[in-house]
Amino acid sequence: MPVQVQGEVLSVRKVGAYNAMTVVAPGMAELTRPGHFVAVQVGGPESSMLLRRAFAIYDVKERGVYGGTVEFIFSVHGKGTAWLAARRPQDKLDLVGPLGKPFRLPAERVNATLVGGGYGSAPLLPLASSLRERGCRVDFVLGAGDQHRLFGQLDAKRIATSIEVTTDDGSQGRKGRVSDVLPELLDRAASDVVYACGPMAMLKAVTEICTARGIPCQVAVEESMACGVGVCMTCVLPVVGDDGLTRMVRSCVEGPVFLGDRVRWDDVGTVPEDVVGSITAGTGH
Amino acid sequence: MTLRPELTKTEVTVRKREEVFTRPDVDLTTRLGGVTFPNPVFTASGCAAAGQELDQFFDVSELGGVVTKSIMLAPRSGRPTPRMAETPSGMVNSIGLQGPGIDAFLDKDLAWLAQRGARAVVSIAGGSVDEYAKLAAKLRGQKGLAMIEVNISCPNVEDRGQVFACDPVASAAVVQAVKRAAPTGVPVFAKLSPDVTDITEIARACVDAGADGLSLINTLLGMVIDTHTLRPALGGVTGGLSGPAIRPVAVRCVWQVRQALPEVPILGMGGIRTGLDALEFLLAGANAVSVGTTVFGDPSAPIRILDELAVALAERGFGSVSEVVGLAHRPPDVHVPEGPDPVGDLVIEEDE
Ligand SMILES: Cc1cc2nc3c(=O)[nH]c(=O)nc-3n(C[C@H](O)[C@H](O)[C@H](O)COP(=O)(O)OP(=O)(O)OC[C@H]3O[C@@H](n4cnc5c(N)ncnc54)[C@H](O)[C@@H]3O)c2cc1C
Ligand SMILES: Cc1cc2nc3c(=O)[nH]c(=O)nc-3n(C[C@H](O)[C@H](O)[C@H](O)COP(=O)(O)O)c2cc1C
Ligand code: FES
Repeated sequence: MPVQVQGEVLSVRKVGAYNAMTVVAPGMAELTRPGHFVAVQVGGPESSMLLRRAFAIYDVKERGVYGGTVEFIFSVHGKGTAWLAARRPQDKLDLVGPLGKPFRLPAERVNATLVGGGYGSAPLLPLASSLRERGCRVDFVLGAGDQHRLFGQLDAKRIATSIEVTTDDGSQGRKGRVSDVLPELLDRAASDVVYACGPMAMLKAVTEICTARGIPCQVAVEESMACGVGVCMTCVLPVVGDDGLTRMVRSCVEGPVFLGDRVRWDDVGTVPEDVVGSITAGTGH
Repeated sequence: MTLRPELTKTEVTVRKREEVFTRPDVDLTTRLGGVTFPNPVFTASGCAAAGQELDQFFDVSELGGVVTKSIMLAPRSGRPTPRMAETPSGMVNSIGLQGPGIDAFLDKDLAWLAQRGARAVVSIAGGSVDEYAKLAAKLRGQKGLAMIEVNISCPNVEDRGQVFACDPVASAAVVQAVKRAAPTGVPVFAKLSPDVTDITEIARACVDAGADGLSLINTLLGMVIDTHTLRPALGGVTGGLSGPAIRPVAVRCVWQVRQALPEVPILGMGGIRTGLDALEFLLAGANAVSVGTTVFGDPSAPIRILDELAVALAERGFGSVSEVVGLAHRPPDVHVPEGPDPVGDLVIEEDE
């Protein structure tokens, strides 16, 4: 169950191309699991930006000198994130979280491969720690456009058995995409499960590789969201349910973590004809 | 690195209303079509689902009522994404009335609202007069149902050509059919679109057809083009504009309808963000208000706005909501207590 908290900025740091923001937000840390996200009000109380911005939660501390904190990693994309990047310690920030369904953890000790694209690695790092605590083997693939947009390499090295890095421009690691190195790694690490977070195209590619090998994968998607709490129906994508039927499901409450093979990647952005309640399927009028 | 600021735990307040606020003693009750509601703040259709999600942030039974997402007969998947674009002080949406259909809605959503003790205002939407009538009939004998809102004005529904709310005859036909089929004693409100030449004409047609009141206003038809992709930003191309950007349009509509039909109850909405915004609607002639888009940025907004409205009324020396409904229409020679001076709290102390 999420809480709404008037938080206070503790720090904003530059990390490569990203910003790391830590906010004192009592009551949120203890509820947070890897994969949860937080929705942040931007622009102040008189802002013309009405909608919250969603960010995956990177790190939480239940108790510190300052009370519980929540940290997220963000890139400046438009007006809202530019405003956020200009916050300074002690500025007030209204947060709602933790939101969404987190990554599900395996019951047994398994070999887990974690695939992060850009800032998508942020929620995977606390996940990796949780997996290690359960005795799982963890291997990482981190990819980004260039070296400045890789996030969490040092943390990943510390936690994981192995780490592979790819960049589109070859400025670090292997030149190419995470999907170029993933198949080989899955074999080498004898992976049982895969977790991924990053751009939709990457999640689709990872799902295809895993599905071909019969490896279950959980992916955290990023859909445009207006409310983040399940009341507006903007954040939907076509997902196949346990009954085999496709529905337009809300990624803010039923996701953002989904089983990769349940997402109809090729139909994202459309309402497929066979979806429950499709207008074209002739359901009533 | 900057030095860490001196923060103490007590400087950060978790938002828990009870700890910091007692509502002033003002009679907040309001009447809509023969039913008395405990206060005039409601959610807006499509901006609160069926209340459960918001109940995580505040007790939805404390509101005047919960207006549910417009429901249709059959399950409906809605429009393709992207379904929204943020605009200055507003947003444009094209959801396309995604929903589970009336049967699942009654079983799960309305049942939950009833059990929670909330007053449900069920919004219905159809593609034909007959569908509206069937929906209204389904509401007979349902627990928790306080009122029916007939969405004849949603601009982004693909209903094979007809937008009922733009035509007085079609609007009246829907209202009449709903009124006939609906359970007796439950007020039926018609929700109007502002995208018409004369909103009072549609309002009158609905009232003549039996509407117990009017909900004003639905979204304005709008559009955004993405200058990066060089295409329409929404999957549905056009969508409904909402939020504070449309507030003056909404206030104008409430004003005009109150003037034309002084006895007809009005549920006003459009960009309400604060208690003072709510007061503005009451002054224009609304008997109650709905809070829509603001909820997306602040899930506890409806209860905050209720608190702020109570304070605003008390500050102006009013003892009840009914005293202010339509008050802005009073003749120029009728004087009432004025609100606090906007800078009245600023006491400048002079040095001796
Ligand atoms: C579950 C989830 C987790 C996310 N995690 C991160 C993260 O860890 N780090 C990070 O940098 N970004 C993350 N994002 C993306 C981030 O929310 C957007 O970059 C941000 O909202 C852009 O806001 P803006 O005002 O700068 O851009 P604008 O384009 O001005 O935003 C306009 C509107 O569109 C919405 N919007 C625009 N782009 C996106 C997007 N990609 N996803 C969702 N909504 C969008 C905004 O919320 C806003 O309402 C996440 C998104 C989701 C849904
Ligand atoms: C995302 C969204 C969905 C909406 N869905 C409905 C709906 O299903 N039925 C309806 O009558 N109005 C719907 N509306 C309109 C609102 O109920 C309200 O009339 C309008 O948004 C103006 O109020 P606001 O500015 O406070 O949001 C919707 C509005 C938004 C923003
Ligand atoms: S963002 Fe509003 S329902 Fe998901």
